[in-house]
Amino acid sequence: MSVITFTIDGEQYSAKEGDTILQVARDNKIPIPTLCYLEGLSTFGACRLCVVEIEGSPKLFPACTTKPTESMVVRTSTDKLKKYRRMIVELLASEGNHQCAVCVVNGHCELQDLAYEVELDHVRFPYLFPKKSLDATHKDFVIDRNRCVLCTRCVRVCHEVEAAHVWDIAGRGIDCEIIADLNQPWGTSPSCTSCGKCVRVCPTGALFDKGAAVGEMQKESGFIKFIVNARNKHEWVRTAHEEE
Amino acid sequence: MTVEDLRELAEKEQARQAEYEHRILYCSSAGCVSSGCDAVKNELKKAIGELDLSKKCEMIGTGCLGLCGEGPLVFVSSGPTLYQHVDAAAARRIVEEHIGQGKKVKENEIDLNDPFFASQKKIVLENMGKINAESIEEYIAADGYEALAKALTEMIPEEVISEIRKAGLRGRGGAGYPTGLKWDIVRKGVADQKYVVCNADEGDPGAFMDRSVLEGDPHRVLEGMAIAGYAVGANQGFIYVRAEYPLAIDRLKTAIKQAERLGLLGNGIFESHFNFRIDIRIGAGAFVCGEETALLRSVMGRRGRPKVRPPYPSEKGLWDKPTVINNVETYANVAPILRNGSGWFAAIGTQKSPGTKVFAIAGNVKRPGLIEVPMGIALRKIIFDIGGGTPEGTKFKAAQAGGPSGGCIPTEHLDILVDYESLQTVGAMMGSGGMIVIDDTSNMVEVAKYFSEFCMDESCGKCIPCRVGTKHIYMMLDKIVKGEATENDFDLLKELCVMVKETSLCGLGQSAPNGVISTVRFFKDEYLSKLKKSAEGNTHLNESSSVPVVKEA
Repeated sequence: MSVITFTIDGEQYSAKEGDTILQVARDNKIPIPTLCYLEGLSTFGACRLCVVEIEGSPKLFPACTTKPTESMVVRTSTDKLKKYRRMIVELLASEGNHQCAVCVVNGHCELQDLAYEVELDHVRFPYLFPKKSLDATHKDFVIDRNRCVLCTRCVRVCHEVEAAHVWDIAGRGIDCEIIADLNQPWGTSPSCTSCGKCVRVCPTGALFDKGAAVGEMQKESGFIKFIVNARNKHEWVRTAHEEE
Repeated sequence: MTVEDLRELAEKEQARQAEYEHRILYCSSAGCVSSGCDAVKNELKKAIGELDLSKKCEMIGTGCLGLCGEGPLVFVSSGPTLYQHVDAAAARRIVEEHIGQGKKVKENEIDLNDPFFASQKKIVLENMGKINAESIEEYIAADGYEALAKALTEMIPEEVISEIRKAGLRGRGGAGYPTGLKWDIVRKGVADQKYVVCNADEGDPGAFMDRSVLEGDPHRVLEGMAIAGYAVGANQGFIYVRAEYPLAIDRLKTAIKQAERLGLLGNGIFESHFNFRIDIRIGAGAFVCGEETALLRSVMGRRGRPKVRPPYPSEKGLWDKPTVINNVETYANVAPILRNGSGWFAAIGTQKSPGTKVFAIAGNVKRPGLIEVPMGIALRKIIFDIGGGTPEGTKFKAAQAGGPSGGCIPTEHLDILVDYESLQTVGAMMGSGGMIVIDDTSNMVEVAKYFSEFCMDESCGKCIPCRVGTKHIYMMLDKIVKGEATENDFDLLKELCVMVKETSLCGLGQSAPNGVISTVRFFKDEYLSKLKKSAEGNTHLNESSSVPVVKEA
């Protein structure tokens, strides 16, 4: 297998063929923020938080899907990128009803972590205050669409790992929503196995365990990589990294 | 069917047409249908019957005659004469006087030496007003399927691609990617199955080029696709047409059936080993499905959402197989290139953008319609010579080229040459060929708001910058139009536009802010005049922002 040598932020790194820029960056502890990306699931490339600059191109590239080529020069944290990432989180904050103080995942939320990471101290866009629905018909779980960032991790984990494909997206643009089956109450969905994977991988408080009170709900998205590895490579032991 | 059979068919049809002294070609495209060409058709038929002239003339429904604003249009081959604003009474007079007595109906005649016609160069639209849109025989009589025959019997696939490359044909869907290069990548791809796809999901407001080609000359597109199939080694083609084009879909269905019946599509075409079939896929009304990766997903029956490129469709397209995807107009150029040679095509237009481009002119212009001009023509010529300029009493302000993704070109850039590179220097783009003329009765902020509303409605919602960004762009423009916005809002709008343009996933989001960016660039005063003076003592924070969160030390 050939090895590719390329530069990230002035330092040289090597990548195996097929590695993405994000994988190499993660392996070498270079921080690139992500939201829709989750190890173990297919890449979606939609949150645009991981965009990086590549020398010689005026465009920005998502690190999660872009593969390095020999002697490529990548920049991951220029002022422009920082500004854009901050703005993307700002847009998300304005889009949903994200009131951390009263949210089940307060303190364990990836959106909240991102807001700290990009130093989002205020939002310049008017809040849209959507009136989306909350579905508590499932016996164990709840979906509050007002907290959803449409990363589709739940859609992908349900389709790719649990193979049930309960979730998908309805609507278009700002009206997009995650729906169960053909838009029926989650609790009545005949395809849902109640495995709870979607709840574990959801980065925000949109999917949560029934009965969780403010700040109580802890997510556990790392286990998906363990499941996928166990299936594909027959590695049955969880590493500390995956439990992070 | 052999090549000899094809030529025999062509001669037979030419002889049949020669029997008539006059051919009356009424425009049967959607534009003239809506201005009442059915009544004209019925009256023509009735009059011909009553005056017993059916041996002297035949009546044919043809493709778009161009001057859509003056429809219904009727063309009489003897003369030749083009009649405008034809109603039932005029139709009867055309039959009685022109056909019956050889006298032209002066009241409805259009001067064919007018710059509207003289400045045009027709390749894609060459059969409009010449052939019956629903007759394969008439297409064959006009050298139709001759190029496919030549490719299959005289050329190897590499030679076909080399001809297209030498001709310098670039994608007419807007981006201008070299067609030959795209085909070459697909040809070199190793796979058990390859596909050819035609993008007929034309959705830009005011654009109707592809619709007119499909309605007026569907076989030209089928022939181009079959040649592409032979060149890249594909045996299956798909045409993705939007459901809003029912007439185009009907004509395509008829055309495919006719071609299959004659063995011009199907197995062993021209007794070669080449098999090719074409199926139609009908869109469900999403503009974003004009984006190639979303279109391919829609063809496969999935949700029409773009995905990250690479891999490009030429490597992994339909069902992950190498797929050629081109626009209607691109395929329509293929047959003439093979028929007349790459040198002929390369000599038309400019060196970097050879050939012609079809434009649909609409908006505040005297003569809206469908035109085809050589690349590199001055914009001024298109708008004033061909389009006739803006209506009396108004002044030209801007031309909006490239649909909602395009930009506005102001008066000072009227002498710009229309080709891929030049248009980009002023922040517009070739796009698929929609051109909306705007006069001084329109406010540019409202124009920008209109296009941004379109983009917001059509955003698929996959990536955050486009989904939420287009919403905020629209809301801010609305605020400016209402006179409620401050300078801070305006600055934030500009910042947001650049971010959405640079970070969005697909072409829709990347170009959605273009309308705002270009109007801000050329018509900044119109924005500034609508802004509120910022209130005294305003902090650095935007008025619309919420209570700021105190940052932790």
